Amino acid sequence: MSHNCCNNYTRSQLLRAAAAEAGRGLPAIEPGMPEPAGTGLSRRKFLSRTAGMALAVYGASKIPISAFETGIAQAAQSDRILVSVFFDGGVDALSVLAPVGDARYAQLRPHLAFAEGAGTSFGEDPRLQWHPAAGGLATLHAEGKVSAFPAIGYDHPDQSHFTSRHYYEIGELEVGFRTGWLGRYVDLVGDDENPLQGLSMDGSLSPMIATAARPVAAIESVDRYDLWTPVSDPIETEMMRSFARFGSLPSDSPGLTQVRRATSQTEKLREELGGLSGFTSRVTYPDNQFAHKLAGLAAYIDAGLPMRVVTVRAEGGYDTHAGQAEDLNTSLGRTCESLLAFQRDLEARGLDDRVLVEVWSEFGRRPEENGSEGTDHGAAGCAFVIGSKANGKMVGEFPGLSNLDDYENVRVTSDFRAMYCALLEQWLGQDAGPIIPGADSFVQPTLVKA
Amino acid sequence: MAIPRATASAKKKPKGRHHRRRRRVWKDKHYRWVPDGQGDWRVQPYIYTHHHKPKPHHFRGPGKKPARTSMPAAAVAPTSGGSSLPPGAYQGPFGVAEATRLINRAGFGPIAGQAEQLASLGVVGAVQSLTRPSGAANLDGPAPVDDDGDPIAPADAWGHDHLWWLDRMVRSDQPLVERMALVLHDWFATSNASVSRQQQMIDQSNLFRSACFGSFLDLFRAVTIDPAMLQWLNGAENTKQAPNENYGREMMELFSLGADRGAYSETDVREQARALTGWRNDWGETGAVNFRFDPKRHDTGIKTVFGQSGNWNWEDSCRLCVENPLHPSFFVEKLWSYFLPQPPSDATRDSLIATYRDNGWAIRPVLEAILMSPDLYLGPPMVKPPVVHLAGMLRALGRGINTEAWVWLCDGAGQQLFWPPNVSGWDDTRWLDTSRLRARWNTVDYALNEIAVDAWDDPYSATETAEEALARALASWGSPALREEHRAELLDFGRRCEGQVIADWQDGPFRAMRQNALLQLIGISPDTILQ
Repeated sequence: MSHNCCNNYTRSQLLRAAAAEAGRGLPAIEPGMPEPAGTGLSRRKFLSRTAGMALAVYGASKIPISAFETGIAQAAQSDRILVSVFFDGGVDALSVLAPVGDARYAQLRPHLAFAEGAGTSFGEDPRLQWHPAAGGLATLHAEGKVSAFPAIGYDHPDQSHFTSRHYYEIGELEVGFRTGWLGRYVDLVGDDENPLQGLSMDGSLSPMIATAARPVAAIESVDRYDLWTPVSDPIETEMMRSFARFGSLPSDSPGLTQVRRATSQTEKLREELGGLSGFTSRVTYPDNQFAHKLAGLAAYIDAGLPMRVVTVRAEGGYDTHAGQAEDLNTSLGRTCESLLAFQRDLEARGLDDRVLVEVWSEFGRRPEENGSEGTDHGAAGCAFVIGSKANGKMVGEFPGLSNLDDYENVRVTSDFRAMYCALLEQWLGQDAGPIIPGADSFVQPTLVKA
Repeated sequence: MAIPRATASAKKKPKGRHHRRRRRVWKDKHYRWVPDGQGDWRVQPYIYTHHHKPKPHHFRGPGKKPARTSMPAAAVAPTSGGSSLPPGAYQGPFGVAEATRLINRAGFGPIAGQAEQLASLGVVGAVQSLTRPSGAANLDGPAPVDDDGDPIAPADAWGHDHLWWLDRMVRSDQPLVERMALVLHDWFATSNASVSRQQQMIDQSNLFRSACFGSFLDLFRAVTIDPAMLQWLNGAENTKQAPNENYGREMMELFSLGADRGAYSETDVREQARALTGWRNDWGETGAVNFRFDPKRHDTGIKTVFGQSGNWNWEDSCRLCVENPLHPSFFVEKLWSYFLPQPPSDATRDSLIATYRDNGWAIRPVLEAILMSPDLYLGPPMVKPPVVHLAGMLRALGRGINTEAWVWLCDGAGQQLFWPPNVSGWDDTRWLDTSRLRARWNTVDYALNEIAVDAWDDPYSATETAEEALARALASWGSPALREEHRAELLDFGRRCEGQVIADWQDGPFRAMRQNALLQLIGISPDTILQ
């Protein structure tokens, strides 16, 4: 053996070679399920001073990181922004817009059915009533700012989370697609140096904005780079001066050099980005992570950051196989209150004419509840388009519970691809043809106020 | 079908408190026993922060006085003959500075009085008091609780496994057992990401505790069939009909021989996989259960590993690795790298290899030689892993585990226990970057939140000098040594703060803030980050 092992001495070096192969990356995908769009896109981390945030930039590997800084600084802010909110797990459309006026409802949901009057009545269809926790949506709907899709989906619905979600993400009923429908929009109209044009706010890239060529980004946290301190100025400034000195004093060992370097970089970054520290909101948001992200998003838009499409996951999980009443109450309540606060924040900032929110889920749930006071996977789900510019009119009708499909699920009365086409053409001003396959075959609902 | 939850963030993620919110708290004077440095205990008052309104006459301590014998690190007297210096051992003075370095590297830093006590034992006695504990560990001090003051649920609640171990690091009187368990958790890095129950990860860490000083071969075999490992590297899916090479490769590459050293070939990987076949499990309500060897799944053919042929099984598989001529050098260099930042000299390495061989692959003799090595006391410092930094701060401050914040703060700093990034463990060249140092800064701030002074509501001396302020802050941290230039900077800071006072009313509040800032600066200073 060679006793000269410097090459592979340090543990990390020794092991790094193995890390890539041994690394555990994506969560397991069930056999036969499609790989998410964007899988395999290159990912580079980058701290943008212009944007004041830590970004993970996806795709566009030829572009040097430094170009993104200039790109973000120079990119014009898009006139209109589309925010996509995902209810992860398959929301129970029958609960969000409970058909209390349908004779079969209480019979199918002996434990879960809401009484008539438990929530606000849905003005456009007297059979329906809002979930009591969905008051935020009910309020905005009453103001004409919500277009509801009470039974959205596609023909021959797939009841796998992954497959159905994949369809919604790519805007097509195919498993092989590698770009998201909003990613293709960015590819068409975006540029090569502004990763903020497609932004995921959940730490990793949403397959929905996976592009073929243009860079897009994900952020870990909406908070700026700050250091908590128990003191305020003028003592804080002096403290940071001493912290900076810890970083610049001479060193006599590699370990000390490492600490000094990180200290000095940390302090420098705090100084550069700390000025942006902490955004303020015009309204009070609920206390949850989703709300916090939306509050940050409103502040970003107000600060002129050049976003075009943004994705974020709703608060909580919606795969309510058991104990649905409580879980849905919490998740839906937090999400709807947060969406209301976001809309009010945008209104207070005068940005509400520039932002439209699209809320979606991969499918609805089975009308008949299961034995665990929950519901299993169903077909038609619900979607909402929210904003001051939303048309505010229901799209497709609620088909009723006496006319279920062959699998005892709610029938679909609107196609999600028709919604996408309408959002692209009416809101983003982009021909849907090159983005949504078969765009011509869908009848577009009117989603945006003239 | 439920959506698989395979990542940390997809499991029940605690709400990150990414920006500060003030919650109503109740500060209350409590009493506790702390070591007096003379082998006995004294009562120390401290401020306990209640997160819920306490009952008027609730228990405020200090409780029953602990027995003298449960003194940390003094649990075992040096064994007879242990006081003579082994060849190659450190010969220089063994004072508080050297003892502090030892307990930083072979534990989680000193609690009050511990460095002095270790120093009194001399280098051999001090090392052996750590490497030769007797009986079960004592956990001294209050049991861990969550933010609501409820007991933690290590097997069930997300992140509570991290708190459970962090608590052992803070309270155990056998600190090297915990440190070695951490070494082995990195060495045989297994993650909750592919293990169905947290309890299986906890069980694996208990295996590390019980086997960390014994035979490496025994440990290696036990890890090979440990349920968490069998899940993590697919050992339970490795069958005669469909061999899975995952464990067969990593056991050589990462656990016993090292890559690119010519120790094994791709054929050896495949043959090892065959030898390891036969383990399986069932799937129950709670995940993977009932791990067992099933002869029907085992490949009973002849396998040739490192040129040796036989009907090898999993026990042979481990033995063949350990008998490989390139194993001892891998073992001693890898173990060394956890305690020293630079590789051993050729002579030192050869001596460690001889110790390892002569003692039949026993870990303790090698470990003792490493911990007594002159390089450990005379060489340069190394960066503490994030949990070692945090556990050390909590020990120095005398604070127990009473918040779940340590989970996400350690995660941000790059080290959530039971969630190593991959099978090669944590990359310790990456402990410090701007995002991780920021998390460490915020961790220091959080660790201090029970003793931070409220500059505007709590009265504070209007005349305290910079020297007095620094002495007070250092005392709160258990009087750690500072490099001279850092002490000078902190004194200069103290004077600059006084220079900021432009009105009499600022005298007290500015000094209170100065004290808070000094506490923070000491906690984030290179002196505290390095070991």
